[in-house]
Amino acid sequence: MTDALLGQPSLTDPRPAFMAGRRALLAVALVLATVVITPILAVAISVVQQSGGAIAHLAETVLTEIVLNTLGLMLMVGAGTAVIGVGTAWLVTLCRFPGSRALEWMLLLPLAVPAYIIGYAYTDAMAVAGPVQSSLRAFFGWSRSDYWFPDIHNLPGVSLMLTLVLYPYVYLLARSAFLDQSTCVLEAARTLGASPLSAFLRVGLPMARPAIAAGVALALMEALADFGTVQYFGVTTFTTTIYRTWFGLGDRVAAGQLATGLLGFVLLLVAVEFLARRGRRFGAGGRRHRTIAPLQLRPRAAAAALAACALPVLLGFILPIAALLRLHAMDGDSLVNPRFLAYAQNSFVLAGAAALVVVTAATMVAYAGRIAPGLFTSAVIRVASIGYAVPGTVIAVGILTALGGLDGALDGWSQATFGAGTGLLFSGSAVALLYAYLVRFLAVAAGPVESGLHQIPASLDAAARTLGASATKVAAAIHAPMLRRSLLTAALLVFVDVLKELPATIIVRPFNFDTLAIRVYNLASDERLAQASTGALVIVAIGIVPVIILTRMIARDTRLGSRPGA
Amino acid sequence: MLSSPTRRALLGGAALLVASPALLRAQTRTLNLYSSRHYDTDEALYNDFTRQSGFAINRVEAGPDQLLARMQSEGTNSPADVLITVDAGRIERASSLGLLQPFASQTLASRIPANLRDPDGNWYSFSTRARVFFVAKDKVAEGAIRTYEDLADPKWKGKVLTRSSTNIYSQSMTGAMLAAHGPEKTETWARGLVANLARQPRGGDTDQIRAAAAGEGDVAISNTYYFGRLALSQKPEDKAVVEKLRLVFPNQADRGTHLNVSAAGIARHAKNLDAAKAFLEYLSTPAAQRYFAWGNSEYPVVAGVEPPPQVAAWGTFKADPLNARVFARNNAEALKIMDRAGWK
Repeated sequence: MTDALLGQPSLTDPRPAFMAGRRALLAVALVLATVVITPILAVAISVVQQSGGAIAHLAETVLTEIVLNTLGLMLMVGAGTAVIGVGTAWLVTLCRFPGSRALEWMLLLPLAVPAYIIGYAYTDAMAVAGPVQSSLRAFFGWSRSDYWFPDIHNLPGVSLMLTLVLYPYVYLLARSAFLDQSTCVLEAARTLGASPLSAFLRVGLPMARPAIAAGVALALMEALADFGTVQYFGVTTFTTTIYRTWFGLGDRVAAGQLATGLLGFVLLLVAVEFLARRGRRFGAGGRRHRTIAPLQLRPRAAAAALAACALPVLLGFILPIAALLRLHAMDGDSLVNPRFLAYAQNSFVLAGAAALVVVTAATMVAYAGRIAPGLFTSAVIRVASIGYAVPGTVIAVGILTALGGLDGALDGWSQATFGAGTGLLFSGSAVALLYAYLVRFLAVAAGPVESGLHQIPASLDAAARTLGASATKVAAAIHAPMLRRSLLTAALLVFVDVLKELPATIIVRPFNFDTLAIRVYNLASDERLAQASTGALVIVAIGIVPVIILTRMIARDTRLGSRPGA
Repeated sequence: MLSSPTRRALLGGAALLVASPALLRAQTRTLNLYSSRHYDTDEALYNDFTRQSGFAINRVEAGPDQLLARMQSEGTNSPADVLITVDAGRIERASSLGLLQPFASQTLASRIPANLRDPDGNWYSFSTRARVFFVAKDKVAEGAIRTYEDLADPKWKGKVLTRSSTNIYSQSMTGAMLAAHGPEKTETWARGLVANLARQPRGGDTDQIRAAAAGEGDVAISNTYYFGRLALSQKPEDKAVVEKLRLVFPNQADRGTHLNVSAAGIARHAKNLDAAKAFLEYLSTPAAQRYFAWGNSEYPVVAGVEPPPQVAAWGTFKADPLNARVFARNNAEALKIMDRAGWK
């Protein structure tokens, strides 16, 4: 396997030190990939096992419907997040209109809202006895049967909910890509007579494709793995069926087989995108030398742009938060409770530590992909990132199995060697939690880091190397500053995701260790939404902190115009 | 290269260092609880137990399925001493997966009715909740709906509200139906019920109750404690919901109303066996019964312990004496029937 990796003649340097460093990096990446893939394999092994016949039962009864629902969900969430994410990113990055500066960061806010929370918030707000319908009746003097009111508890409704909280993935990555695009290329397009819109459509958009694809892929994987929201909305998908099969029918093997089927489907999508992109280079065009002059929009266009960018913020953040605040005011948890402080602290520390670990790992894996490009490395990276698409509880059980196996082996070895067992070293420890996050969220970090690396032309490495810089020097002096935004983006995404993460945290955590997300879930699953609203609001409040930090960082970079080292 | 004895000493030292937390844990007087109950009021109960017995309680609270998966993967080294679930299905599954051990306790056997414990002593119930109907007072006359079987009567077309068949309470109710009528009649019943639905199943029990109050249907199927919670709420909109509905205990003329349970058992590989036994017996004391039932508007299982006032207000009723193990074992078959009937 190592030979296959090293066989690629790329950026080769015959010096032994370089080869050793390269080999070490590849080895680390390979070990990481193995560690991350293990729980996924623990799930996939079910394919060769004998199930209790649940698959045949499902095929006879509900399979057609769940497949159609799942495809519909993907189509709607994919199209929705792509249109909103790319559209708003282009507007706030390349156009100027009143409020565009503020919208740059406000568009990220829905990221901090867990999907199931937005589902609860809308359900409560839009219910017959909820504030929206009550106000309508009071205002117009209607009674219940006098008017039609849209029902959001169906496939389009749940797709809308997921789109509203997932589009920021696409927005963030697309905006990053637009900011990094060379002004020269866009201006060349304009010089050749293209209108701003067609320059965007024909040059800017295709150049940002890896970033957009990475964003949409993240959104789709999360939508596929979602259980809480779709279940609450009464929509049956592949994931709800996996849960039913496992917990209801008690057929763990069949559930694993279904999960593996889901994985196979995701791998197929990823492969199609990858192959369609293969052979093209997206880094060409050099770096930009100054800030792109934004397009000043005329009043009518400006109003339209403002409305287009404000709407996702309004629907994805302001309205649900208002609904949560209303619930909190009615019957919320007490915030002064010292327990709450402990929950918040646990959440914050976990999310921070996980961001560090996951981004470091993602960077190593992405680097391995850069210095030894090839089908094998790419495949390893893709497979290692697949954990994100597996329904949370399923992958969490895979993680448990992997940790349990490791602990059992260590215990056995220790028994044999020292005559005393070690007990459980990793299961139920903080290390186990970080491992779980690595498996779940490597994809989240790998997306931005990889597309960031893609944007750095290989010619730059070659130039630096020609001038005598070592590979380490290239990484530290050229890549690191250029990657800073991508790394921060990755860290932010992981941080917020861990803050919201539930299935793995709840199943792997140590004794007496609760987080905000667990608090919210416990209350919500017990149908105490008003009490749950307080924790949800605190999650959102903490999630906003990194959003603001990142926004300031990007704003400063943009002001400076050029990048350090460029 | 280090010599072999030195190396072994170093390795041994390292192993001891790493394992020391585990050793310390085993030496202190603790009880490790895996629980799918997560009511704030239970904390008073845990504190009371610690005060009385001196055992400190460590807790992991998660969904029952997650806890079972965790116990399975931890194997013989699992730190869990006691497992608590909020339904019969999951505790019975734990038992059938070999994750529990029998506990032959005279105290428990004398205090807890036979139908509310495992005949082999693997688990005991400590509170119950009834699966009942909440009907719209203004639309449903007294006595118009009396049984679970009535839910399939075409006269309720477009009137019945229920949560998803994915939910364990739906499965247990259908499991009890299966025990009473067998698979064919149960499937016909499930089809009839699905044909009567006011809307596709969604949300939780509280959502069904609210929908009935809002006029989306006439009959909501729900556990009692969700209604008890609304009855205690200070919110005007909750008070309005309670005002509009009437509780119906089904099947009072025959087998009685279906009960689900909150149950606990001792883990197969429990390390603190004394603590676990003490805890289970403690749960059957009047003080603990009150904490358990009052905290969540449930029914205590021990005779002579009063239910909370908001629950007592519904009056007494005849409960289905079917052993929880029976309908728990019927869950998977029940789900298949519901799938075939189109109960989402």
